[in-house]
Amino acid sequence: MKIMVAVKRVIDYAVKIRVKPDKSGVETANVKMSMNPFCEIALEEALRLREAGHASEVLVVSMGGAQCSDTLRTALAMGADRAIHVSTSHSLFPLTVAKLLQALATSEKPNILLLGKQAIDDDANQTGQMVAGLLQWPQGTFASKVQMDKEAVGSVTVEREVDGGLETVKLQLPAVITTDLRLNQPRYASLPNIMKAKKKTITQITPEQLGVQITSDLEILEVFEPPKRKAGVIVASVDELLDKLKNEAHVI
Amino acid sequence: MSTARALRIFRRSDAGLLKRLHQGAAHRLFSSSESPSASASASTHTTINAAAANSKSRTWDEHRLSSDQLQFRDLASEFAQRELMPFAAEWDERKYFPVEVLRSAAKLGFGGVFCGHDVGGSQLTRADGVVIFEALAYGDVSATAFLTIHNMCAAIIENYGTEEQRQLLLPGLTSMEVLASYCLTEPSSGSDAASLQTTAHQEEGSTDYILNGEKAFISGGGVSDIYLVMARTGDPGPKGISCFFVEKDTQGLSFGRQEAKLGWRNQPTASVILENVRIPERNMIGREGQGFSIAMAALDGGRINIASCSIGGAQFCLDAAQEYVSSRKQFGKAIIDFQNTQFKLADMLTSVQASRSLVANAATALDSKSPWATASAAMAKRFATDACYNVCNDALQLHGGYGYLKDYTVERYVRDLRVHTILEGTNEIMRMVISRHMTKSQS
Repeated sequence: MKIMVAVKRVIDYAVKIRVKPDKSGVETANVKMSMNPFCEIALEEALRLREAGHASEVLVVSMGGAQCSDTLRTALAMGADRAIHVSTSHSLFPLTVAKLLQALATSEKPNILLLGKQAIDDDANQTGQMVAGLLQWPQGTFASKVQMDKEAVGSVTVEREVDGGLETVKLQLPAVITTDLRLNQPRYASLPNIMKAKKKTITQITPEQLGVQITSDLEILEVFEPPKRKAGVIVASVDELLDKLKNEAHVI
Repeated sequence: MSTARALRIFRRSDAGLLKRLHQGAAHRLFSSSESPSASASASTHTTINAAAANSKSRTWDEHRLSSDQLQFRDLASEFAQRELMPFAAEWDERKYFPVEVLRSAAKLGFGGVFCGHDVGGSQLTRADGVVIFEALAYGDVSATAFLTIHNMCAAIIENYGTEEQRQLLLPGLTSMEVLASYCLTEPSSGSDAASLQTTAHQEEGSTDYILNGEKAFISGGGVSDIYLVMARTGDPGPKGISCFFVEKDTQGLSFGRQEAKLGWRNQPTASVILENVRIPERNMIGREGQGFSIAMAALDGGRINIASCSIGGAQFCLDAAQEYVSSRKQFGKAIIDFQNTQFKLADMLTSVQASRSLVANAATALDSKSPWATASAAMAKRFATDACYNVCNDALQLHGGYGYLKDYTVERYVRDLRVHTILEGTNEIMRMVISRHMTKSQS
């Protein structure tokens, strides 16, 4: 069985984000970048499935500019078998990523496509769901547990974190799974594995070769910081409180 | 407010949960009833913000590191921030030696950085080691320093041991199932190391060696499983010294009480006492009379490693100080807005950068076996340990009264770094090494 994991290079979670003065985006120059934490969790789950004998190959993919290779090398050092870099300088939004993943899944034919539930830069939480729709594959999103049975071949059981609690779904393979925080604790890449990763292949491919045309269906108009927290106000009566909650804060 | 909206907001706090869950992965994997929990004081505030600041300071030398070294650094840095930094204060307070965390570091290849793949080592260069140890020391100087001493012992066996000795000792050492100590210093011979008095003599009719003597200030003393002992087999002076390995439970081997130290408190330090300790001939490492040059060659690497620890500690203190003075306000503005503070920080960073450059130079000199490697290591150790101690001390001063409190973490780095100017050859001895090299290369 083959597992394909999609990983995204994002600003490291510990960095203090700053908005660019022209409000076109956030400052990324000289800022530490890392693999999206949810993507790390997805990769870890794929590696565990391979170690448990359910999969024979873990393929990792990433899309974007030249620095994607850093993220892919980290993924190979963690234990992925090979990598694909979809090379493009366009800014990518979830639907485009989903179309590229659809094309890759059609050619690579993985049994499971694992992704993080969302990226910590855009918090979109769309790509996994969209690619499942495009591929017409079943999906188990916000996975907090993934189980494969040696007996129940051809399916995977996913426990999901939903608004009301936990939901368990059984998916026929091939399927899309997106990972949530509590699924696992990703491993470190060891020093020897970092060195071994140099012998593993990173295949370069372009969107054109995949037959996908990149269209920007979204345009970022402005990026700005949330308003600074204002001082509190002491209200004189419950009526005044209700009035403020309704007419100023608009929460009731 | 709808439940759905409330829970979506809860999920946005995943980032905060991420930070807390990321702390102490290995700690959880190897937890025993004794291991301490993460300290939840103001020091946590300092460490997480310093981590964010450090992710900016990284760019200062990325241009000269290879892509492999950048990956090594990322790994070591992540490990330091998750497995060392949150617990270091408590380890220091309780004098707790975190063996299980060192073993999890060894699982990542940190236990035998310079040893061959065939014995579980990572087979990396000294230049790689510098990057790794600096990143680890950022999280905890003392634990990293122990790790470097253990690596120095493993490297002695790697470079001077027979194939049998390598296969016998290194698999255990690289995984840190077995810990090693370096025993050169004695109560009466520190700087004058070649005058050591521990003897190793053979009796009629046996090839065994009988060791008698006492070693002082031994890191790992009482806890380590293997002791590399420099003992006198021949004439006075350096040429009469040989190197042996002694196992912990050998009859006649005992230990003094654990020393109460200013810093390095999460490491055991004790005297090692040898009373008619009998070991077989095969426990000699290298040739008879080679012990002193083995010990000195090992210190070339050891000095580079200790200097790297100083640099990592200084970088942490510098980041913490910058963070503090950016938020502390006096006389109507943040302290960092005063030019004096800015100049001070600039000088501190320059010191750390200069140290880094000297140490990197010494590492590449040692890797290429150049004839000036020993002098380079001595210069790097002398400069970096002095300069970085001053940076930590200055960082404490920049914190004002808060710098004196354990909660603000910097004082522990000052205490830990204070010994680096003393051990592995005092900075005075470093000057002897450097000037000797200068006169030798003149004649």
